[in-house]
Amino acid sequence: MTISGTAARDASAANPLSSVDALIAGLGSVDYIASRRIATALYMAVNLQKPVLVEGSAGVGKTELALSTARLLGLPLIRMQCYEGLDESKALYEWKYGKQLLYTQILKDRMGETLADAATMDDAMDRLHGMGDLFFSEPFLEPRPLMRALKEDGGCVLLIDEIDKSDEAFEAFLLEVLSAYQVSIPELGVVVAKTPPLVFLTSNNVRDLGDALKRRCLHLHIPLPEAALEEKIVATRVPDIEATLTRELVAFVQTLRTLDLRKSPSISETVDWARALVLLHAASLDPALVRDTLNVILKFEQDIVAVEPQIVELLARR
Amino acid sequence: MQHTLEEFIRALRAVDVRVSPAEAIDAARACAVVGYADRTLFKDALCVSLAKSPDEVVRFDATFETFFTRERLSTAPPEAGERQGEDDSDPSQSDAGAEASPLAQMLLKGDAAGLAQAMEEAAQRAGVAEIRLSTQRSRMTRRLLDEMGLAEIEQIIAAARRQVEGRGLAERLDARRKALVAEAQAFVDRQHSLYAAGSAKALREEMLAKKALNADGGIDPVDLAMMQALVRKMAKRLADRYSRRRRVANRGHLDVRKTLRKSMAHGGVPFEIEWKRKKIDKPSIVAICDVSKSVAAAAQFLLTFLYSLNEVVDRMDAFAFSGRLIPVNDILDDYGVENAILKVLQTIGFQQTDYGRALEDFCEQHLDRLDRHTTVIFLGDGRSNFAEPRLDLMHQIQQRSRAVIWLNPEPESYWAQGDSVMHRYERFCHVAKHCNTLGQLERIVEDVLRTYVPH
Repeated sequence: MTISGTAARDASAANPLSSVDALIAGLGSVDYIASRRIATALYMAVNLQKPVLVEGSAGVGKTELALSTARLLGLPLIRMQCYEGLDESKALYEWKYGKQLLYTQILKDRMGETLADAATMDDAMDRLHGMGDLFFSEPFLEPRPLMRALKEDGGCVLLIDEIDKSDEAFEAFLLEVLSAYQVSIPELGVVVAKTPPLVFLTSNNVRDLGDALKRRCLHLHIPLPEAALEEKIVATRVPDIEATLTRELVAFVQTLRTLDLRKSPSISETVDWARALVLLHAASLDPALVRDTLNVILKFEQDIVAVEPQIVELLARR
Repeated sequence: MQHTLEEFIRALRAVDVRVSPAEAIDAARACAVVGYADRTLFKDALCVSLAKSPDEVVRFDATFETFFTRERLSTAPPEAGERQGEDDSDPSQSDAGAEASPLAQMLLKGDAAGLAQAMEEAAQRAGVAEIRLSTQRSRMTRRLLDEMGLAEIEQIIAAARRQVEGRGLAERLDARRKALVAEAQAFVDRQHSLYAAGSAKALREEMLAKKALNADGGIDPVDLAMMQALVRKMAKRLADRYSRRRRVANRGHLDVRKTLRKSMAHGGVPFEIEWKRKKIDKPSIVAICDVSKSVAAAAQFLLTFLYSLNEVVDRMDAFAFSGRLIPVNDILDDYGVENAILKVLQTIGFQQTDYGRALEDFCEQHLDRLDRHTTVIFLGDGRSNFAEPRLDLMHQIQQRSRAVIWLNPEPESYWAQGDSVMHRYERFCHVAKHCNTLGQLERIVEDVLRTYVPH
């Protein structure tokens, strides 16, 4: 955490979790401008100890919300990126197979010595039984993000990013973790979190999530922001920008969103564009400048081709 | 409040926001945390715990507003001047008959809050929230008013009318009574829109799913839009169910051969372990549609359906024929499925249907599209106008493809009648089915998808 972040946090209400308004102010202090609904969802998540499922199109600040919350609460952030084919061994824990194998090799050499003074076969077997559990104990356990989050005693923010990319089996596996904050490892027993982590799941709606998962979560849909909110966000994220430029740029992006594009620009594109314009020392928008920097906000060739001839008109329209 | 919350959840369910009992408990806990004082906070808190998708949020917002908004009852206090005059004339006597009834008291005093509360309570007793059909509205209104004690008011009015000095009271009370009846009607209407409007839509969709696609006179344009939406919904449902991952790592099943091969590098120590994997094909579909008049509507829905499935279908090629056969992928891409059929008809012209000729065209130019992963879906009535059906080509198609499915809008009893050669084609099909409603269409497409997923 940066020093300025800490200072800002002290300046805001002592406990950002005391009310929704305090939470909005708190998130504002770590440069996240939250709408009321976002703050309410977060407030409920903390109070009810339930995970939040955050949905919305790419770049509206889903992941950023989790990062900012971690900064605000001063908790470590553990992030797990989901993808097709993700399974327990990569999400929860894995046995360090290589290390186990190495130890077996060593043990094989020492086996003769250890068992030399065993009088009978049964005696030797008993000794071997004593060693058996050795290979499935903590030192051989490789904790993955979920396990690390559960073992974090002081609590943490767990971000499960793009859950919709993972497959149904994994989603079902998550249910135990999300509802009881515990996992069962066959060899070790049940691991329970001392302090339940604050869990964020994000989804881009690649596929519909199962009802079982949805009902365990609070649901938060972040829409594209209105002009006023977006101006505030740009001003916070790009402090050097002039107010008039912010207004013009946000208005232009808002008109773009009314067009039928393959990918409408979202907040992150607006912020990127603002940064680009500041770098170019632009004071206001003019058609030539917009044309040159259009590729910052539009990510598809056909969108750029569609918008380019209309730039003058769009600039005049607002 | 507990009861109100339950009613609200029921209203949500009526507009197709699914709320499980566990979620209802969560909602109650959420209310306990935020309290009822701040309306926005209360609404947002309920929203995050109950609505689970963007369009459910929209429906939640609408329902919340309808449910928790109470219009001020217009039986407001009478104007000061009017009241003044009456009070002057006979203050003690005018309300004499009305004292016995609390409802009459409230009406005369214009106690809006009291009346609203009385109406809510009466509605609960009368079970107004059970309303399902629009035809129940007047009966519900009557029952609601009875519960509120309207009969008493009518008696009071009648009694007051009989006495000369009671006239004023009777008239005032009568006016308020009318206002109250109007209020009750509005109240019942609101309840109806809360609880019953959604179920009417569901009923309509259910009906459309069963509607015959080749009905005489075609499909009503109003229905058509709704059916298109319905087809997309069905396709989305199927796509969700079958868009699993393509390769399943089968943990727990060791691939011994691969593991041994890899262990060579480590002197026989199995350092890298390989697990068995299962590979799942994505369906590849060739759709061949008759677009003559009798089948055109069904063809359009089949194509809409298949095109909405692009997430789960690896490759999809569509061909259309009446006399000659042409590929229609480009037309579908350019014009959209809705307008494509018309465009196809313009391109190939209204010729007589000739199945043999169409098969010939297909086999000459597009037979290479078929391989052992391809499912061929024919859609047509099998009426060849007595032309040569070219069964040999049909046999060839069957040999080359994974499965041949024939969907026929005509019922099976017609299949060997007149110029129908359906019974002869049927021999070369893995599945030949009567398919004339959206419901049947969905089932068949699901069957196709299912054959590609291992169980």
